[in-house]
Amino acid sequence: MALPQAKLDATEARISGLSRIPGGAWLDAAQGAALERVLAMGVPGRRDEYWRFTDPAALNAPEAPTAATMTVTDEAPIFDEIDRVKLVFVDGMFDAEASDDPRLAGVEIERLAEAGKTDIHWARDVYGMLEARGQSPVQRPFAALNTAFAQDGLLIRATGKAGRHVHLVYLHESESSDAILHHCIKVEEGAELTVLENGPGAARFNKVMEVEVANRATFNHIRAQGRDHERRAMTHIFARLGAESLFKSFTMTANGVLTRNEAVIEFTGDNASAHVAGAAMGDGDFHHDDTVFITHDAVNCESRQVYKKVLRNGATGVFQGKILVKAGAQKTDGYQMSQALLLDDDAQFLAKPELEIYADDVACSHGSTSGAIDEEALFYLRARGVPKAEATDMLTLSFLAEAIQEIGDETIRDEIHDRLEAWLARRRG
Amino acid sequence: MLEIKNLHVKLEEEDKAILKGVNLTVEAGKVHAIMGPNGSGKSTLSYVLSGKDGYEVTDGSATLLGEDLLSMDPEQRAAAGLFLAFQYPVEIPGVGNMTFLRTAVNAQRKARGEEEMSSADFLKLVRQKAKELEIDADMLKRPVNTGFSGGEKKRNEILQMAMLEPKMCILDETDSGLDVDAMKLVAQGVNALRDAGRGFLVITHYQRLLNHIQPDVVHIMSEGRIIKTGGPELALEVEENGYADLKAEVA
Ligand SMILES: Nc1ncnc2c1ncn2[C@@H]1O[C@H](COP(=O)(O)OP(=O)(O)OP(=O)(O)O)[C@@H](O)[C@H]1O
Ligand SMILES: [Mg+2]
Repeated sequence: MALPQAKLDATEARISGLSRIPGGAWLDAAQGAALERVLAMGVPGRRDEYWRFTDPAALNAPEAPTAATMTVTDEAPIFDEIDRVKLVFVDGMFDAEASDDPRLAGVEIERLAEAGKTDIHWARDVYGMLEARGQSPVQRPFAALNTAFAQDGLLIRATGKAGRHVHLVYLHESESSDAILHHCIKVEEGAELTVLENGPGAARFNKVMEVEVANRATFNHIRAQGRDHERRAMTHIFARLGAESLFKSFTMTANGVLTRNEAVIEFTGDNASAHVAGAAMGDGDFHHDDTVFITHDAVNCESRQVYKKVLRNGATGVFQGKILVKAGAQKTDGYQMSQALLLDDDAQFLAKPELEIYADDVACSHGSTSGAIDEEALFYLRARGVPKAEATDMLTLSFLAEAIQEIGDETIRDEIHDRLEAWLARRRG
Repeated sequence: MLEIKNLHVKLEEEDKAILKGVNLTVEAGKVHAIMGPNGSGKSTLSYVLSGKDGYEVTDGSATLLGEDLLSMDPEQRAAAGLFLAFQYPVEIPGVGNMTFLRTAVNAQRKARGEEEMSSADFLKLVRQKAKELEIDADMLKRPVNTGFSGGEKKRNEILQMAMLEPKMCILDETDSGLDVDAMKLVAQGVNALRDAGRGFLVITHYQRLLNHIQPDVVHIMSEGRIIKTGGPELALEVEENGYADLKAEVA
């Protein structure tokens, strides 16, 4: 079907200034195929069902809307105390000077621009491949655009238990930076890897992470998107999970005028497990969208979604979450929960939870709620002498606790908790 | 200590009067008990004194050590020395009991212009008090009241009271739901706090508690009023005969 002229024009305008990283045969082919997908789909518009709650205009605009940068001086950089390999990107470009030596036991780390020049590479089966699989049944044009025009990215392959965590830091230094970043991660059979991410990335940040988790492999992901309020971010995680594998991803978001985080996860091997969770909080023109699509195409897999948002002063939260259980995916255990705490009447939460099930022996549940602070609990705390503002914050954190609890590593869990607590305390003044 | 004069209270949402002229004075060092039929307004009195929303004071006054309670926020009342052990303690999942206790202790100290308690001192104190109430370490770590049994919740209220060392303690049916041993523990906890500078108002349905916490004065509340005041023997009379005779006396 031909695209409407307006969409065609918008798409042309969006890609006209973009260029491809010169690559060898495999990268070139992946980019070319992705470009064709972009041209066939067109960039999203407000009328597209999948974008009903989030306006893609700022993501479509030919130039990134400017975003002031933010220098944080009142807290130490996150994950600083953790033993990890730190790899730094500034406005979407890798900064070797600012980064640690990427050599790491059990893990190979290469830069897309270099590895892309090779004729043969493992990433050939991942780069743009998981993204392409994730384009159906729902289109994700920004991800295809990313595959075609990514300026940088890392190819990370874990062959054993990673000696340390890999930490990707995204600094935002230019007010008009428009970054497109694409990582591929492959966790080989039985291997184990944890990836930490943080930072705003750029004024406008389009990031794709494709993750292939092989049989009996474990992938852990913890991400902090925070404080830099004016940035706009569109991120995708595409994951394909082998038998008995374990996938975990947690995202903390504080501030941000526009964030859309998509997680597209496919079970292809039996007895695997995927947990995705998020804790977000924002004020005023904060807009935060979690869009999750989990496809069960194997037997006895477990998926779990726990998303919590704290919204006030007109902030908007969006949750679109779907569990698709294909025919034959028996003994699927799917759980989905999305909740918003609305701290005043102006804030809004738009949720679209969906289940689509074609197997008969499955257990799936979902729940979506939004509500105000619990007055009984608030009074109880105040009656013990805790001032109202502080009591409200305690209850706010307790609301988020269930999502934070999804983080397996206690040190990281505590750090995320403390960050959110500090964010609330700063706001209180 | 606590002086309540002609207190009239109605529900904020509807025109329903609940307290219809309560007069009550609790002196420092004394234990007063309130008994009375279900729905007579005992809990409402405790809520209004501690500042819960939803009630409107239409007449009368309540002061704590001469300060007007009714114009203060709940947290200010707490800092001024008022404590309510709730009839139904609230479960707060996600807030650790320990964090809650420390936050409360230090918030009150801060409000009074005192120094915050150090972590070490706090820990030592809380461990000691918890031990006295047979509250184990696990209960301290768990979220506030979450999944606690009825009796554990009540003991947790007394632990909070012991940590906060209030001047005026209101206990709303702290004995209900307690087994015999737990009742003794709670009574011990209360008796340990009895001193010349502290007042107690103990709301209960059962004379049994009053065997363990000897009251100085017993009040009978009915339909939003104190209809009779007497000594400990009044509680025995209620236990024997119920409220019918007392109500008839006033009618
Ligand atoms: N928020 C409210 N909304 C409606 N009715 C209320 C409310 N609070 C109190 N009441 C009513 O006021 C009356 C007094 O209630 P209260 O809880 O104070 O009684 P009580 O003496 O503590 O009873 P019990 O011995 O059963 O605990 C009852 O009729 C109760 O239904
Ligand atoms: Mg009551």
